[in-house]
Amino acid sequence: MHKVENNKAWWLVLPVFLLVAFSAVIPLMTVVNYSVQDIFDQNNAYFVGAEWYREILQDKRLQDSLVRQFIYSFTVLAIEIPLGIAIALMMPKKGVMASATLIIVAIPLLVPGNVVGTIWKIFGRADVGLFGWGLNSLGIDYNYAANPFDAWFTVVLMDVWHWTPLVALLCYSGLRAIPEAFYQAAAIDRASKWAVFRYIQLPRLKNVLVIGTLLRFMDSFMIYSEPFVLTGGGPGNSTTFLSQTLTKMAIGQFDLGPAAAFSLVYFLIVLLVSWLFFTTISEMAKDK
Amino acid sequence: MQISKRKGLGLSVYLFFLLIPIYWLINMSFKKKDEVLSGLSLWPRDFTLENYITIFTDSSWYMGYVNSLLYVSLNMAITLLVALPAAYAFSRYKFIGDKHLFFWLLTNRMAPPAVFLLPFFQLYSSIGLFDTHWAVALSHCLFSVPLAVWILEGFMSAVPREIDETAYIDGYSFPHFFVRIFLPLISSGIGVTAFFSFLFSWVELLLARTLTSVEAKPIGAVMTRTISAEGIDWGLLAAAGVLTILPGLLVIWLVRNHVAKGFALGRV
Repeated sequence: MHKVENNKAWWLVLPVFLLVAFSAVIPLMTVVNYSVQDIFDQNNAYFVGAEWYREILQDKRLQDSLVRQFIYSFTVLAIEIPLGIAIALMMPKKGVMASATLIIVAIPLLVPGNVVGTIWKIFGRADVGLFGWGLNSLGIDYNYAANPFDAWFTVVLMDVWHWTPLVALLCYSGLRAIPEAFYQAAAIDRASKWAVFRYIQLPRLKNVLVIGTLLRFMDSFMIYSEPFVLTGGGPGNSTTFLSQTLTKMAIGQFDLGPAAAFSLVYFLIVLLVSWLFFTTISEMAKDK
Repeated sequence: MQISKRKGLGLSVYLFFLLIPIYWLINMSFKKKDEVLSGLSLWPRDFTLENYITIFTDSSWYMGYVNSLLYVSLNMAITLLVALPAAYAFSRYKFIGDKHLFFWLLTNRMAPPAVFLLPFFQLYSSIGLFDTHWAVALSHCLFSVPLAVWILEGFMSAVPREIDETAYIDGYSFPHFFVRIFLPLISSGIGVTAFFSFLFSWVELLLARTLTSVEAKPIGAVMTRTISAEGIDWGLLAAAGVLTILPGLLVIWLVRNHVAKGFALGRV
């Protein structure tokens, strides 16, 4: 759309600018400040330069949780995006059933993370939970509290349960916006189901999929409550992800310097991956 | 016909998968403390409303819900108030630094709350907002505002410019036009934005818990109270969990048609 050049528009943006500056820039500067100092108490702080950065980049615990974090986020995305599209394609388009399905699909989104953890904690137990009991009676030895693989499986399953609906809802609204005429034209051409999906539905879903993928990447990268409630990050450290490691460091041990340096690196990683994803998608769009 | 049957089956399986943990939560909430851990039962043997009664009669419990609802509503109000004019500016005008500002806003959505935990704590303590609903509402703006601007900008860009111009020619002032003509046109966008503001603020716990202690304690933090010397009271915890879903259900009911209409108008 043609936009008018008008610098008075800044007045409209000013409230957002001030609010975000207040709630993001000031805290961010505090973090930067901490990350280069060694702080003993309020009056004793020494400039240490990049020392904390060196320290945390070499920290084995952090490297491990970073690797786990990446595996986790990509696993979750690889399951949720295709599943979400599939669900959206199956949801009814009209009538009471459409509203009912929409609301049921949205239910998991409304459950706070700690409650999700609580549900699966009991649900997955072999003695009192339907899910754990079911798996065990099928002959699968499932115990999320003792077996790292089972803990992983449960954490991923929780996330799929919790957040696939977001992708599904986004795609559903994307599909609903495709004019009926497109389908009629496809029917005249005797296009196959697959061709309709590949050449009509998927291109129209691009925008919502970009939003969905970005949101899911960012949020799965920040996951905290679910594994924390389920096993406290265990067994061992097998489901300890970045947020939990950081919180432990900042609040638990009160290591301000390293925690701050770690925070910035953490933030930069999220920014970098999102930016890469975003530019790749835009480049691909240009090529067409 | 064959295909639509398969679709229906696939969808039913998925909905079953979604609902069964919820069913388990509800099932648990009607059980007495001992029954939850005493064995597997698909239906409470000893049906009780005790857990719910505890929550509704103990002010430290129900105030948790009130607190959460208060800061979530505050957050929704602030978000919409600042995001609407900004999104309008982004969708209609070019101005110095517009692209950079837009991208910078989005980067804030990418900041992990854990990163801002400590500085937020100090910031809100130093200005005397610690343990108030305002502190949580403002801190949640960090991720709700960028998303709101993003969504609203998409919806607004879909409204033709000519409408603005016609209104000005007809003698509408900007505020009058914005409230009376423009906002009704993007009501779907506002609905979707409100839903997402609610959603992400309602499920966020890390910041909410760190920025409060007594007066504005969110329900998520209150729920840790069920852990006592005798272990966790799962029945009570489950009842509290069921009640956390209800406000969201109301919100999704209100915006269901908007969500369906939706996002396709929103662009990236």
